[in-house]
Amino acid sequence: MGEIGIQVENLSKMYRIGTPQAQYKTLREALIGALKRPIYWLRNSPLATGHPETLWALREVSFEIKRGEVVGIIGRNGAGKTTLLKILSRITEPTEGRAVIRGRVGSLLEVGTGFHPELTGRENIYLNGAILGMTRREIKGKFDEIASFAEVERFLDTPVKHYSSGMYVRLAFAVAAHLEPEILLVDEVLSVGDAAFQKKCLGKMGDVAQEGRTVLFISHNMQAIRTLCKTALLLTDGRIEAQGDVHSVVNTYLCKGFRNIAERVWENLETAPGSEFIKIRSARIIPDTDNQDQVITVKTPFRIEFVFRLTLPEALFYIGFHFRSISGECIFVSASTPKVIRQGMHQNTCFVPGEFLNSGTYTLEVYFVKDGQVVLYQASDLLVFEVHEAEREPGSWLGEIPGAVRPKLKWDMAPVPISQPPGNRSQ
Amino acid sequence: MEHSNFLRAEIVIKPSQGWVPLKLGELWQYRELLVFLVWRDTKVRYKQASLGVAWAVIQPLMTMVIFSVIFGELAKLPSENIPYPLFSYAALLPWQLFSGALTRSGSSLVGNATLLTKVYFPRLIIPLSATIGGLVDFSISFLVLLGLMLFYGMAPTWAILWLPLLVVFTLVTALSVGLWLSALNVEYRDVQHIIPFIIQAWMYASPVAYSAELIPSGPWRFVYGLNPVAGIIQSFRWALLGASPPGELMLVSVGMVMILLVAGLYYFRRMEKVFADVV
Repeated sequence: MGEIGIQVENLSKMYRIGTPQAQYKTLREALIGALKRPIYWLRNSPLATGHPETLWALREVSFEIKRGEVVGIIGRNGAGKTTLLKILSRITEPTEGRAVIRGRVGSLLEVGTGFHPELTGRENIYLNGAILGMTRREIKGKFDEIASFAEVERFLDTPVKHYSSGMYVRLAFAVAAHLEPEILLVDEVLSVGDAAFQKKCLGKMGDVAQEGRTVLFISHNMQAIRTLCKTALLLTDGRIEAQGDVHSVVNTYLCKGFRNIAERVWENLETAPGSEFIKIRSARIIPDTDNQDQVITVKTPFRIEFVFRLTLPEALFYIGFHFRSISGECIFVSASTPKVIRQGMHQNTCFVPGEFLNSGTYTLEVYFVKDGQVVLYQASDLLVFEVHEAEREPGSWLGEIPGAVRPKLKWDMAPVPISQPPGNRSQ
Repeated sequence: MEHSNFLRAEIVIKPSQGWVPLKLGELWQYRELLVFLVWRDTKVRYKQASLGVAWAVIQPLMTMVIFSVIFGELAKLPSENIPYPLFSYAALLPWQLFSGALTRSGSSLVGNATLLTKVYFPRLIIPLSATIGGLVDFSISFLVLLGLMLFYGMAPTWAILWLPLLVVFTLVTALSVGLWLSALNVEYRDVQHIIPFIIQAWMYASPVAYSAELIPSGPWRFVYGLNPVAGIIQSFRWALLGASPPGELMLVSVGMVMILLVAGLYYFRRMEKVFADVV
């Protein structure tokens, strides 16, 4: 123990980003370039010539991971998590720095890489196994285990194009789960499949961790990270922002810089959104708690405030909110009680209780309505806000919880008294 | 055994500079993946075609018929006293092996983009498997050739023993060009539009429909031999049908292919590092 399994020093990766046209240069350009500067062209890849727009996906990342350690990698989208795993699994090269890995590496960046829809389940197990680096003998030895883990034994000789998406994902994960490298690199792959299968996958990941293998594990599921990993790395804009004990790193991630997550103010009423009857002055979402800087989690009650100017002399008026999921589906509608208001500035506040919305991103569509039928103004996506995951009770479901809302309902659980006569109990 | 080897393995990841070693040993470690990819491509190619593997026969056979009518009957091209259908079919065999391998390997990296961006393995496996993939078709259409020879009452000579070597050389030739095309195609998609044209032009530059004997010997012969397929086809006709031996033509071809292959391998390995980022 204590031996270093992965050692990373000042690892950086630069991507060149250009307009789509610049990315694939035409052959003509390259040929002319080659004729003009033959030596230069041979010494440098054509890609390396003059696209000034670059992006550092990783910047001077250094860390060490001991053999047998299970490490979670967290960070927002685009923070460089996947790039890091791609470099460590040798799919892409770093621009600077180096990494040393001791042991056989298996990486799982996607479930079902190389699956071919025309081939049968059986054929795909062999093919996918070989692609992931298993020998034929290894696959043969584990074949039955894989098929039963995936619960597709009956369909092994059916082309996978006829599989349901659930079966497909199960089979793909099953092959990957039976990979036995000493170092396993896993990208967010647990968010697939139905809840029951996710649980099974998490269980399998737990087993892998128990077996003393080194695991690097990317996830947005903080609950899974907390349970499976002892330490974690937090990446922000390609740099390591925090590393160490999983709980403190996860907390850093959840709490950082999310104040005023959704607030918009229009100082100039001329340019503010609105119509000839309504002008919006400000719109914001804030936690309805003492600490207003805190991030909104599934447990936080919050309020939505709209300040607007009514230019009509008088109106029987209400505001309606359509809460939409990020995919645009309307989750529910809530409206203020209709009331007669006069010309001038008004503030409307809607209170959303905690333990009601599920974690996720929501958009708010607003309707300003007069007389129950005339829409004075309507705006969609004025506010976009995120409800974060909160620490769940011990023993709670570890995986993603489906659904748009996650209301806390009253539940009761109590032992049922045994109704048998005392004399029979010894049997 | 194998496992303990892996235990000691230490992988160092750092930016590559200058010329990259070919790492052919690692290629050998991944030979099973190569076999699986060849098997996958062959299987998938005929899985949904109702005529299935019959296509491997229909294609060269139909071309042979067309050639026989146009070049044999109408143009009356000389065919070294070999019945023209046999003469052209014996050339179409290596030609289709070559052109098929070239077409497939040229688009192989782009076609396997998901593999390139998600898994590590020696990238050479991809064009290599695409090249080898034509062997099944070749074997089947070869059986038809034997049937044709029987029909025309032509017995093979001892030179037929050279055939396996010739087949390997055909594949190596296709690979040496395919390496360049596949790597170039990752960055310049123009290549996939050029490939069909290259192949068409290349066929007329090779003695598929006509005899290499039409090229006057001397310096022109040498220039002609720079097209390695000329040497290959002449050798096939010689090994199978007893046409005139390829001689100097083949020597030039072998030299040409070796240069193309080594340069292609190094070029490929050099470009390899950007494949996953660019494809």
